[in-house]
Amino acid sequence: MMESQPAIQIDDLTVAYNYKPVLWDIDVTVPEGVLMAIVGPNGAGKSTLIKAILGIIDPIAGSVRVFGKPYKEQRRLVGYVPQKGSVDWDFPTTALDVVMMGTYGQLGWIKRPGSKQKKSALEALEKVGMLPFKNRQISQLSGGQQQRVFLARALVQDATVYLMDEPFQGVDATTEIAIINILKELRKRGKTVVVVHHDLQTVPEYFDWVTFLNVKKIATGPVKDIFNDDNLTKTYGINYKVAINN
Amino acid sequence: MSLFDYFDQVFSDYTLRTITLGTAVLGAACGMLGSFAVLRKQSLLGDAISHAALPGIALAFLITGTKDTNLLLMGALISGLIGTFWIRGIIKKTHLKTDTALGLILSLFFGFGMLLLTFIQKQPNANQAGLDKYLFGQAATLVESDVTLMIFVTLMCALVLLLFWKEFKILLFDADFTKTLGFNTRFIDILITFFIVLAIVLGLQTVGVVLMSALLLAPAAAARQWTNRLSSMILLAALFGAFSGVFGTAISASQNNLSTGPVIVLVAAVFVLISFVFSPGRGLLFRELRFRQNRRDLQLKKTLQLMHSIAKTHDDISHPHAIRILNNFQGFTKRSLQKMEEKQWITLQQHHWSLTEKGYFAAENMFNETTHDESTN
Repeated sequence: MMESQPAIQIDDLTVAYNYKPVLWDIDVTVPEGVLMAIVGPNGAGKSTLIKAILGIIDPIAGSVRVFGKPYKEQRRLVGYVPQKGSVDWDFPTTALDVVMMGTYGQLGWIKRPGSKQKKSALEALEKVGMLPFKNRQISQLSGGQQQRVFLARALVQDATVYLMDEPFQGVDATTEIAIINILKELRKRGKTVVVVHHDLQTVPEYFDWVTFLNVKKIATGPVKDIFNDDNLTKTYGINYKVAINN
Repeated sequence: MSLFDYFDQVFSDYTLRTITLGTAVLGAACGMLGSFAVLRKQSLLGDAISHAALPGIALAFLITGTKDTNLLLMGALISGLIGTFWIRGIIKKTHLKTDTALGLILSLFFGFGMLLLTFIQKQPNANQAGLDKYLFGQAATLVESDVTLMIFVTLMCALVLLLFWKEFKILLFDADFTKTLGFNTRFIDILITFFIVLAIVLGLQTVGVVLMSALLLAPAAAARQWTNRLSSMILLAALFGAFSGVFGTAISASQNNLSTGPVIVLVAAVFVLISFVFSPGRGLLFRELRFRQNRRDLQLKKTLQLMHSIAKTHDDISHPHAIRILNNFQGFTKRSLQKMEEKQWITLQQHHWSLTEKGYFAAENMFNETTHDESTN
């Protein structure tokens, strides 16, 4: 990998659904190997930013480069964990089958997954502690278990950069710890992880990089430098007291 | 003709054989493709498309002046596709929700189609009669070439399904994720929709525009009840659809030529009803039975727990206690006492019960057992 290139480079990104812009002129650089939180109030455009990076939404203007090249050429390097609520969990399929879907991108059109793909799916299920549930119908999993299945699906993508939309939403403490440990392990292996996050209390503990977002980018940088009352107030519009334990 | 006569003649009688084969193949194709419509929550799309096909049939007749089935169905296909793309356009370009867009296009196209049909009927042309068969279908008019076309399209559809199985599955489950993997979701989407429209158009002659969507949805809805695997669901739906076609034709042929389309749809509805009630996993009957069984088990365990806590206060765990001290306890009934005696958890003498060693250990280990059950499930 080109050392000098940032994992993700977003320039002048602007997105609107109707008339009102959801994201306005966003410039964010995500250095390689960081664990970044995207924080901001509801409607700040956090999910939209992730979707625009992934090309799910067409931006009005701006560019997204992954390791120096346009995202479209670098798709294979980027893994995605969507919001849990974005799919129908009553779909007739099993946990293992969902995780296997993470391998479809490497397979390309028409080719079917084989034993190699199954093996890596089982490994990913093991890693998130869901191996005993591999043959469960996905509607019979708890919310936390469903989230872990989604994470496992992203792990089998074997990406270099991971984008995750609220992976901690609606999960219990055990699952939250399991997930953050996996994220930290990814960082240790040199991966870059960007997470839409809601719980401000845990930002300093979980992440080393943060982006404050509220339609515009308020600030982006290392947590220890910019995670302060000033930026929180600018982002949330109220004086947000957060205990920062350094 | 009785049902028995029908099955006796179905292989020898040319007309019966053609019609039966046609409705069976049509049912199978609709079951297969209907599964996609149901899983995409586009159940009403089928209804809108079939109604949207009507003006196409009428216009094709007005333009060509012939009643050649293939030409009319070509018209239906075109107007069905136009309707579909309008629906997608409305959803995409306006704030209207899917159901509104479907309703609008359905009634607009159907109204226009009816208008054209009445206009055609007023024409001084002996050739005009019979177009209204596309409203409710007329299986008796199926000829061999129609059935050949149905078989061809169904095989094509099955082939494409097998080829793009993985792509169809992932698009149905998570379209956004599919896009990030680099798949052209528009292409997959259009492929699925095209085949759904094709199946509907093929069914118009047999089942008609008004009832067509039922044949699309009913087998799929029934199949979903029996399985948690997509592949089995689609196979089952095809099977249910095919059987609906065969039984529907059989009943209609044996009962004084009742209109075939409605009978097929009713047979499919019977499949749905049976599946809703009797399927083992999701069926209402077994769910209720399981629910009651569960409740009784828990009540039993709760009573045992109470007995255990009482017996624990004595040095001798089998010391007899009066039954009436349980009287105010929820979940305690005469039957539950008998059940517990059957399980050898307690022994009963007159108005007294006493815990057995087995019952004592069952109560001690109850919590371990339930957690164990859950993790191995």
